[in-house]
Amino acid sequence: MGEAIAFYTIAAFVLGFAVMVVSTKDTVHSVLFLVLDFLAVAALYVLLGAEFLAAIQVLVYAGGIVVLYLFVVMLVNLKGFPEENRDPHRRTKLGLGLAAAVVVELGAILAYDYARPVPQLADAAIPVVGNTEEVGWLLYTSYLIPFEIASMLLLVAMIGAIVLAKREL
Amino acid sequence: MIDLFIIPLLKIAIVLNATLVGVTYMVLLERKVIAWAQSRLGPMRVGPHGILQPVADALKLMIKEDITPVRVDRWVFTAAPIISMVPALIVYAVIPFGPEVTLFGRQVTLYITDINVGLLYVVSVASVGVYGIILAGYASNSKYPLLASLRASAQLISYEVAVTLTLVSVILVAGTLSMVGIVRAQEEAGVWFAFIQPLAFGIFFIGGLAETNRAPFDLPEAEQELTGGFHTEYSGMRFALFFLAEYANVIVVSSVATTLFLGGWLRPFPSVDALAFLDIVPSWTWFLLKSFVFLYVFVWIRATLPRYRYDQLMRLGWKVLIPLAIVNLVVTGFIRLMVL
Repeated sequence: MGEAIAFYTIAAFVLGFAVMVVSTKDTVHSVLFLVLDFLAVAALYVLLGAEFLAAIQVLVYAGGIVVLYLFVVMLVNLKGFPEENRDPHRRTKLGLGLAAAVVVELGAILAYDYARPVPQLADAAIPVVGNTEEVGWLLYTSYLIPFEIASMLLLVAMIGAIVLAKREL
Repeated sequence: MIDLFIIPLLKIAIVLNATLVGVTYMVLLERKVIAWAQSRLGPMRVGPHGILQPVADALKLMIKEDITPVRVDRWVFTAAPIISMVPALIVYAVIPFGPEVTLFGRQVTLYITDINVGLLYVVSVASVGVYGIILAGYASNSKYPLLASLRASAQLISYEVAVTLTLVSVILVAGTLSMVGIVRAQEEAGVWFAFIQPLAFGIFFIGGLAETNRAPFDLPEAEQELTGGFHTEYSGMRFALFFLAEYANVIVVSSVATTLFLGGWLRPFPSVDALAFLDIVPSWTWFLLKSFVFLYVFVWIRATLPRYRYDQLMRLGWKVLIPLAIVNLVVTGFIRLMVL
């Protein structure tokens, strides 16, 4: 009961902040609502008992990536929208189509979730206890290849950024 | 009921109040120590040897007019001091001041909570604190604060990398992320981690100086260049919040350094039995004593060293501290692999 109340409250905050992110006029305010949204998602993780994920969510997303967003937004000095974007009805059809796609996707996920049997998680196979240890164990055993590919991707992006920023290396 | 609500609330109240009083007296300590370093007396008028100066300062700041300049971003301008103060305070939730003790016939732990990702919590909360500075500079709608806040955030982000890498090597040695667990690991090892990880200790301390915008890395507040810093447009209590947040962060860095490297609440040389008579002193006294040493050194450094230039600061961070921290991490991991 208490858990349900907590979940729906936090979920309402997550969605509310998300709506504020896309509806606020001021770009900096929009980025700030994004921070609040990430913090609310971290609260959801805590509710699920995933403290490690919650701390990482705050550290990487709320504290790291959005700071860089904020830098960009502050430094490019947006002076209002370009003329063609002023009309709010211009892209309604596109928006409706995308929203419908998202709804269909969510429905498909839900249907798939109900259709298949409840997956037996490999809990028993994890020889370590504790939140952080379990995440680490899974990342370095079952999901080693996706993990390494993701890190390669980040490395490539980093080298690309350096090459783009400093042409006369 | 008592264990679930009343005791934690009591602990939170005590820690918050002690922190705020500590912060105000940290200001007095700084003024006094710098005065002595410069052959002055420092505050002497309010109370004997100026001991009541913080009270007078707090009163003054509270009754001062709080000006909001025109054309600032009102909401963000109001939120920024709060955003920098809150993270500095909630970090204390995981700082262990001592082990379990018996008070009035009841087992009480001398920390608010012990979560299994304690150290990660400290790092992530500290990373949110940078918003206060960025937003203060942005919302002020004024050139100098904006420049100062850009400087400050670049500095914070750069040094955060080095500091976090040193924390990883401490985690490798301790084998846990829990703050209490790290102190227990030092108890079992019978030695403070400062002796096992001297390089990490040094990097953490230097990075801590930079992350709290303290001299010699106090570029965000370089008066000669920036007429004050990111809080130039703030006055009254809102300025006071920035001021207090800075000192609260200094105390946080001291407490974390004490916990990670100087054995937290453990007495000196925890493995030497001949010093067992030192156990008479309550454990939390050791913690406070060690933290105080850090606070004193922070002030001492400010009174001694001149300020770095900005390019020197960045070069030190990226070309010296971060490579050293990575080397330290690799060597620690290698040794750990060999030993186990």
